[in-house]
Amino acid sequence: MPLINFFRKYFTSYLFILPAVSMFVVFSIYPFYKVFALSVYHWDGISSAMKFVGLDQYRHILTQNPNFWTAMANAAYITVLALILQNGLALLLALLVNREIRGDNIYRAIFFLPPVLSGIVVGLVWKWIYDGNYGILNHFLISMGWNDLQNFAWLAEIKTSLTAVAVVHMWKGFGYGFIIMLAGLQTIPNELYEAAKVDGADAWQQFKYITVPSMISVFGLVSILTVLGTMQIFDLIYSMTRGGPAGHTHVPITRIYEYMANGEFGYASAMSVIFGMILFFVSILQLKFSRKMKQL
Amino acid sequence: MNEARIKKTLVNIITHVILLIIAFSCIFPVFWMLSSSLKSQGEIFTQMNILPQHWNFSNYAEVWTKAEFAKYFINSVIYTVFGVFGVVFLSSLAAYGFARLEIPGKNIMFLILVSTLLLPIPGVFVPLYLLLNKLHLLDTRLGLILCYINGGLAFGIFLLRSFFEELPKEIEDAALIDGASRFGIYWRIALPLARPAIATLVIFNSLTIWNEFLLALVVLQDKAKMPIQRGLMVFQGTHMTDYPLLMAGLTIATIPVLVVYLMMQKHIVKGIAAGALKG
Repeated sequence: MPLINFFRKYFTSYLFILPAVSMFVVFSIYPFYKVFALSVYHWDGISSAMKFVGLDQYRHILTQNPNFWTAMANAAYITVLALILQNGLALLLALLVNREIRGDNIYRAIFFLPPVLSGIVVGLVWKWIYDGNYGILNHFLISMGWNDLQNFAWLAEIKTSLTAVAVVHMWKGFGYGFIIMLAGLQTIPNELYEAAKVDGADAWQQFKYITVPSMISVFGLVSILTVLGTMQIFDLIYSMTRGGPAGHTHVPITRIYEYMANGEFGYASAMSVIFGMILFFVSILQLKFSRKMKQL
Repeated sequence: MNEARIKKTLVNIITHVILLIIAFSCIFPVFWMLSSSLKSQGEIFTQMNILPQHWNFSNYAEVWTKAEFAKYFINSVIYTVFGVFGVVFLSSLAAYGFARLEIPGKNIMFLILVSTLLLPIPGVFVPLYLLLNKLHLLDTRLGLILCYINGGLAFGIFLLRSFFEELPKEIEDAALIDGASRFGIYWRIALPLARPAIATLVIFNSLTIWNEFLLALVVLQDKAKMPIQRGLMVFQGTHMTDYPLLMAGLTIATIPVLVVYLMMQKHIVKGIAAGALKG
């Protein structure tokens, strides 16, 4: 009776992990499997007729759906801006606050305020700030002499909408990178800088030869989090533009949601798989890259 | 000597000017939301005063009662309380099992669990929608709460397991000898000792669930069950230009977040930094 013995011995132990594990199986593992399974069917989610189409939907998305690639490009545009500007600002601020200045706790608290706010709240407040007729931004810029901005709707113009959304995304996100980079800077032992000073290194040399090499893995971590977070942007887009004007701010998640809302469950799943795989490989590449940099 | 001192003062001034500009830009939108929420409909379209001429608190009364924000707010409280409670209870129970008990196959299970923290699964809401539909949980409060609990499990188990592992075993061994049950030890010894880690979990999950939008969008249709983030979008869709009322609604949705953040700010900032650098 080894099975019964096994049962008796571990039964109560399994009771500890069973609720969480079974929940996880139902709500995480099954959907994970299901998204792959659905992606090879054409299915509206309701009718009993599921048509097996193999990889047709993948082929269609990759070769015949410019909407998907536009959405990828839009998300990539915001991501590149965030990688350079948002993380650059986060690093600059972390370096400044790390200089043992007065009020560093207050700055830290204020910079982390935007990240704790909800995406919907932030999106709707900024939509009001950007408002063409009554927004405070245009009011301010016009009072500075930019009269051609009268009634200029930042979020409704094709030229400016995506960048306007990106600015809000970076506003909301830089505090997160700032906190992580500041924590990273504080782990660098002060003796390194003292020794460098004795050797006559100036501030730039200290930054180049001590700060940057010590921070490589922190930079790697922040950039992976930035890419994953920004590529999957949704709440801000949904609350500010819903993908408009004319699709110029659509991103992958808004497209996947749209296909699902239109009842194209199989197609939306195939798009999820493609998008998820791209994100996965980009993260792996970033991880490899930051390991390489560390060895140099 | 003097020159060095002047240079240092100058650098300090520039530093503070930069930091103050950025700090101002962080606060201004929140301030503008508050200020706009207290203006009258007439004032908001004619004057660009920084502060309202008359403080119109009636906007709050109006969105709270007429625009159903009372209902949205209570729904959000329900989702947050039950979601957080579920995450803390289920993940602490499992984390204790993973840390302390002999369970065949537990390492591989833990690994799979934690790997979902790193693997991006965008669009998982598509199969989740179908699953809830099959379980007759679509458009129900329970369905959304279960999604929120599941969403917090992996991080909760990850955090609490390492906490439990660092606790000294001696107390528990003594209790075992005294005849305490495993559950009794978890409940009366391990859980109270894990209070700091549980506080972290409560804070982060509260903020996440309170601010969550996408799952609430996918799962719920019925206005009466919507949390406040969805209520805001519903209100915005039907009252496009009623900015003072919308800003009052946004403020109502933000006040709990601000209260928690101001009280727990040090804890939150420390938690983010420590969590990110460890992971």
